[in-house]
Amino acid sequence: MSTRDHSTTRRGFLQSAAAGVAVSAMTHPAMAQKQPPVALEEYSPTYFTAEEWTFILAATARLIPSEGDGPGATETRVPVFIDLQLAGDFGNAADWYMEGPHVPDAPAQFGYQSPLTPAEVYRAGIAEFDEWCRQNHNAPFAELDAATQDAALTALQKGDIKLASTQGASFFGLLLQNTKEGYFADPLYGGNHGMAAWVHIGFPGARASYLEWVGIDKPYPLGPVSISGERA
Amino acid sequence: MATNAPKKDVVIVGLGWTGSILAMELCEEGLEVLALERGDDRDTVPDFKYPEVADELKYGVRYGFMQKPRNSTLTVRRTLEETALPYRMLGSFLPGDGVGGAGIHWNGHNWRPMVEELRLRSYVEESFGADIIPEDMTIQDWGVDYDELEPYFDRFEKVAGIAGQAGNINGKIVEGGNPFEAPRSGDFPMPPLPQTVDAMMFADAARKMGYHPFPRPAANASQAYTNPYGMQLGPCNFCGFCERFGCLNYSKSSPQTCVLAALKRKSNFSYKVNSEVLKVELAPDGKTATGVTYVTAEGEEVFQPADLVILAAYQLHNVHLMLLSGIGQPYDPATGEGVTGKNYAYQMNGGTSLFFKDIEFNPFVGAGSNGMVIDDFAINQIDFGKEGFIGGSYISSGTTNGQPIRSMRLPPGTPSWGTAWKQATKEWYGHSMSIGSHGSNMAYRDTYLDLDPTYKDRHGRPLMRMTFNWKPNDIRMTQFMKTKIEPIAESMSPDIMQSSYKSEGAMYDVRPYQTTHNVGGAIMGTDPKTSALNRYLQSWDVHNVFVMGATAFPQNLQYNPTGMVGGLAYWSANAIRKDYLPNPRPLV
Repeated sequence: MSTRDHSTTRRGFLQSAAAGVAVSAMTHPAMAQKQPPVALEEYSPTYFTAEEWTFILAATARLIPSEGDGPGATETRVPVFIDLQLAGDFGNAADWYMEGPHVPDAPAQFGYQSPLTPAEVYRAGIAEFDEWCRQNHNAPFAELDAATQDAALTALQKGDIKLASTQGASFFGLLLQNTKEGYFADPLYGGNHGMAAWVHIGFPGARASYLEWVGIDKPYPLGPVSISGERA
Repeated sequence: MATNAPKKDVVIVGLGWTGSILAMELCEEGLEVLALERGDDRDTVPDFKYPEVADELKYGVRYGFMQKPRNSTLTVRRTLEETALPYRMLGSFLPGDGVGGAGIHWNGHNWRPMVEELRLRSYVEESFGADIIPEDMTIQDWGVDYDELEPYFDRFEKVAGIAGQAGNINGKIVEGGNPFEAPRSGDFPMPPLPQTVDAMMFADAARKMGYHPFPRPAANASQAYTNPYGMQLGPCNFCGFCERFGCLNYSKSSPQTCVLAALKRKSNFSYKVNSEVLKVELAPDGKTATGVTYVTAEGEEVFQPADLVILAAYQLHNVHLMLLSGIGQPYDPATGEGVTGKNYAYQMNGGTSLFFKDIEFNPFVGAGSNGMVIDDFAINQIDFGKEGFIGGSYISSGTTNGQPIRSMRLPPGTPSWGTAWKQATKEWYGHSMSIGSHGSNMAYRDTYLDLDPTYKDRHGRPLMRMTFNWKPNDIRMTQFMKTKIEPIAESMSPDIMQSSYKSEGAMYDVRPYQTTHNVGGAIMGTDPKTSALNRYLQSWDVHNVFVMGATAFPQNLQYNPTGMVGGLAYWSANAIRKDYLPNPRPLV
C-alpha cells in the first residue's frame, strides 16, 4: 500500500500566493484584527507596478463604489486580493492548458483562447486602456472624474473600446470577475476585509453548520466567521 | 524505455467510485489488485477538514479538487466543419482529479434510470413508431434491462447510503415517493433529508396543480449509518459547501466515506497515486491486453503486467485511453462505422428563477441533495408522438451551495457593477429560489469523440476531440419543460421571475458551468458492430478489458448518472466474479 506524506499535501497550500497572509492570520487572529493593515496607497504590490496599482485602486472603486449602502472595493481591500491573485497560480494560468496554436479570434463560445496569462492580460490591458483615456480625455484613468471613469468602463465593457493587446482575452471581464471574487472571498486572500461584504449581504462565511436552521424562513441570527477564526 | 513491474492479477485505472468498487469486489476473490491513480491521494482528513475546506474561492471558483487542464484536457468543436480548440480552462464540465475522483465533489443526487430508458429505441419504436426517430439520431437499447440491474442498484444504494422515500416497492405505489419510478425491491437505506424553504414552497405549489412531489434521492446521510463494508456515515449538517468540495462531515457518500478505508485494509490491495496510465498494452493478436504502461510522478515509465485490466477513469479518459490503445475500431461519423468514440451525449437542463422580497431563503443552508422533485414529465410520462420530441426531465427545487461569489442571483436588468449592483446584492441575496429541469440528451451521428489532429498533452499524446452541439429534438424537449415549469412558478406569485432555457439555434458554449454528466463514447449494447462494450461492460474486441462508468451510456438518461454508474459497476463485477474469472473469454 502507498504511504501518505501529509507534508507534501500541505506544501501546495503553503506555496500559494496567499500563504503569507494565511499563515500570519491563522497564527495571530487577534493581532490581525487589532492592527489596521497598511493603507492601500502605501501597500507595496507584489505583481502590479506603481502605475498599474493606481489604476486598479481607481477602477475597482468604480466597479464597487464606496458610496451607498455597504462597503466598497476600497474598504474591503479588493485591490490587494487582485494583486496577490495575479502574483500566484491564477495570474500565471498555472492550471490552464496554454499550448498553441492559439486562435484568439475564435467565437467566444470556445472559451479562453488567448495566449496570454491573466497577469499578462492585466499588464497589457491597463496600459492600452490608460492610453485610450489619455488620448480621449487627456489624462490616465485614475485622474478622470467619476462620471468619465464610469463612461470609459462602460465603453470597455460593451466593446466600444477594443483592446488589441489583450489578444482575444476580455480584460474588463477578468477585472470585474476578480473584483467580485475579492469582495466575497474569505479574507484569507487579502480582500473582504473585516468580512464586511459578508455582513452586507448576510452570508455567515465559514460557519458551515446549519442543521437546526433547515426550512426556517427567518433571517439567520449569527454573524460571519472566517477560515482563520475572525468574527464580525 | 519502460521498466517492468511485478505482475498483478488485476490493474485498475483510476481510483474513484468504480475503481474502488471493482477493487473491493475483486479483492474478495483473493486476487492481487493494483489501482493506479494519476492524481493526488485524498482523504477526509487532511484534505476536506474544517475550516480550510469551507473556502469558496479555492474550491468553488479555482477548482481546487478538479482536474487541471494543463495536465489533461480535450478539444471541442460543435460541427464536423469546425476546427476544434482546446478546453483551456474549466467551465462547462469539471472532471475530478485524485483519489475519489468526481465522487468527492458531487452533490450526491443519486438516481435509478426508468425501465423505458434502458430500452429506449425499442420503447420509442413500439409506442410511437420508428418514424418519429430523427434520421441522424443514433439512440440504442443498452442491452441490459432494469429488472436484471435492480439488485445491483440496490447494492450500490446500500453501500453509498442513500436517503430517500420509495415510491414503488415491488409494484406497490407508496405515498410520498415517486409514483413513476421503476419498482424497487425495498426501501431506501435512510429516510429523506429535511427540506429547505424553497423546496417546500415548490412542493406545495406542485401538489396543488395535481403533480406528485417527492424528496430527491440523496447521497447525503440523513442519520447515522453503517454500510455493508462497515463504513460509517454521520448525518449531514447542511454546511452549504457540497458540490465542488470534499465533505468535512463524513456525510456525503464518496469512495472515501463508503469504500476506501475498508479496501485499504485488504492485504491483496495496493494503489499508487501520481501514476498516469498512458496506454493499455495489447498482445500481438490484439485479442487480449497484457497490462498497462504508466508514468510516475518522477517521469519514469513503468510497464505493469496484469491478467485483467479495468478502465475506471472518468468517462472522457476511458474513451481517450481506448482510442490511444487501439481498443475497438474508432468511430467514423461519415460512414457510421466503428464504435470507439461513438454516441457522446450530455444533459439538457433549464430553469426559472423566482424572486421574493419578503422570504428568507438562507441559501447558505443546504446539503448537496436536499430538494423536492416531480417526475410528472419524465420520459415514461410523455407522448413523444404528440409532443414532437424524444426525452424527458425531472423538475426540482432545493437550494444547495449558496455561496456568494457563484450564487448571487439578481433580478433581470440589474447592472453588473456600480452602486446599483452593490445595493442589489444586499436586497436580493437570500431572496430568490429556482425551479430547474434536468433532462435527457440523445446521441447523434455527429456527436462523438476521436483524437485531435493538432493538440497534444504533456506526454506528447494527441488530445481527445469532442464534437458536440445542441440538437432541435432536445431543444424542443427543454422548451416543453419551460411551458410546464412557468405555470408552477407563476402560481407561487413571485415578485420577479426569469426563465433560462435553450432555444432554437442554441450552440454549445464551453464557458458557463452546465453539468459534469458527460456520457457515452464506448457504449454498451448487443451488437459489436454498434457498441464498444457488451452488456457486461466487457470490450467486444479485447476480452480482458472491462470499462466502467458513464462511458457505456448509449445516450443520456434524464437523471444524474452516478446511480446508474454504481449499479453497472456491481453488475459488471458480478459477471467478472461468477462467469469471467472461472473461464476468461468473451462473455457474449
